[in-house]
Amino acid sequence: MLTVRMVPCLDVRDGRVVKGVQFQGLRDAGDPVERAAAYEAGGGDELVILDVSATPEGRGNAVETTRAVRRALGIPLTVGGGVRSAADAGRLLDAGADKVGVNTAAVQDPPLLTAIATRYGAQCTVLALDAARRLDGSGWEVVVRSGKDRTGTDAVRWAAEAASRGAGEILLTSWDRDGTRAGYDLELIAAVRAAVSVPIIASGGAAHAEHMVDAVRAGADALLAASIFHDGETTPLTLKQALGRAGIPVRT
Amino acid sequence: MTIHVVRTGVANLASVLAALERAGAVPVLAADADAIRAADRLVLPGVGAFGAAMGELRRLDIVQALQERIRAGRPTLTVCLGLQLLAASSEESPGEAGLGLVSAAVTRFQGDVRVPQMGWNAVEPEPGAQWVRPGHAWFANTFKLDRIPAGWTGATADHGGPFVAAIERGDVLACQFHPELSGAWGAELLGRWVEGRC
Repeated sequence: MLTVRMVPCLDVRDGRVVKGVQFQGLRDAGDPVERAAAYEAGGGDELVILDVSATPEGRGNAVETTRAVRRALGIPLTVGGGVRSAADAGRLLDAGADKVGVNTAAVQDPPLLTAIATRYGAQCTVLALDAARRLDGSGWEVVVRSGKDRTGTDAVRWAAEAASRGAGEILLTSWDRDGTRAGYDLELIAAVRAAVSVPIIASGGAAHAEHMVDAVRAGADALLAASIFHDGETTPLTLKQALGRAGIPVRT
Repeated sequence: MTIHVVRTGVANLASVLAALERAGAVPVLAADADAIRAADRLVLPGVGAFGAAMGELRRLDIVQALQERIRAGRPTLTVCLGLQLLAASSEESPGEAGLGLVSAAVTRFQGDVRVPQMGWNAVEPEPGAQWVRPGHAWFANTFKLDRIPAGWTGATADHGGPFVAAIERGDVLACQFHPELSGAWGAELLGRWVEGRC
């Protein structure tokens, strides 16, 4: 039986791990290779690296970071941030990524998902979807450019369209909850779950195991967290043991 | 220990090479029939679509060399799509011939399960399996073999019903899972296969 995945995430800027609140206020949290190895040893089921470099020069480091992490890491690696073309995806895959996350560029150019999936397979094409509750409370809209722009596009409809275009997985981040430790947006997870059959990685707001149990019950297949691991509060294994006690299948 | 790795053009090659290096091997790329015939130990990695991958094997003119060494039971490890390619055909690419080395159908996952299967699944070896031991392995697949073919042993897992996690015969090991991404469990399996000690 397939187990629920615990997915530590490294936000990397100019080759260093950082973590902010609602994508802002970034602070240094270490060397990506050291963090990656520690998370694998600590029970992480796969690793996500999001490159949040502000400039194209900084982003060039994503390939180097990927290569360095790959040498040390024996679990799957997803890399996202600044992927604008199938060639960009190919460079990250060649450097050692197993999956590539596409965010803003897919919103601007949806056929990009098909291009990557056709060439490299749906299983390595991840839609990174940042969703914010609409200001009038009616559902969620897609936000891009690290949350700077609200697009007006319905997030749930976009998830379904992306899956039909070839995305094999959805990394679903609640912009409202990111970094807040208030728990995942369960209604968002449930709404996307009802719209797609591909796996969903829930992201944004996790502080403890109960949040994660709730997200699985809402329909998440994998649970992403960053700050709770960076700060050494807990480990993926500790959280998975708690999930196991709640009756959720995990790899321990 | 030198391990030859088939360069098909579409594969998570970097992950495979890095894992082989961690297992103490010296991976060398192979992309022609002579290299595949000469290799002591050969890895056929694979991601992407069945038809495209077979097209690539034909373009490289290595179909026959692969068939010969696997029929002869020479040390060969195939990964993910590399297992499915051993079959005669796949629902993924109707009309496209596979390597035809096992009589088993490649079909799509059915029922109320996530597709693609993405994650760690429990692997249960049959009695008599030499390479694969019980544990959790990383899978990323939409298609699979339904049963272990006659003349082979192996391991199964469950995703809306049993499917083939690996098949093995002598020194030929074909894995639906990715040993190179299966953490300590996968590293241990790769380490044994690299050294030829099951």
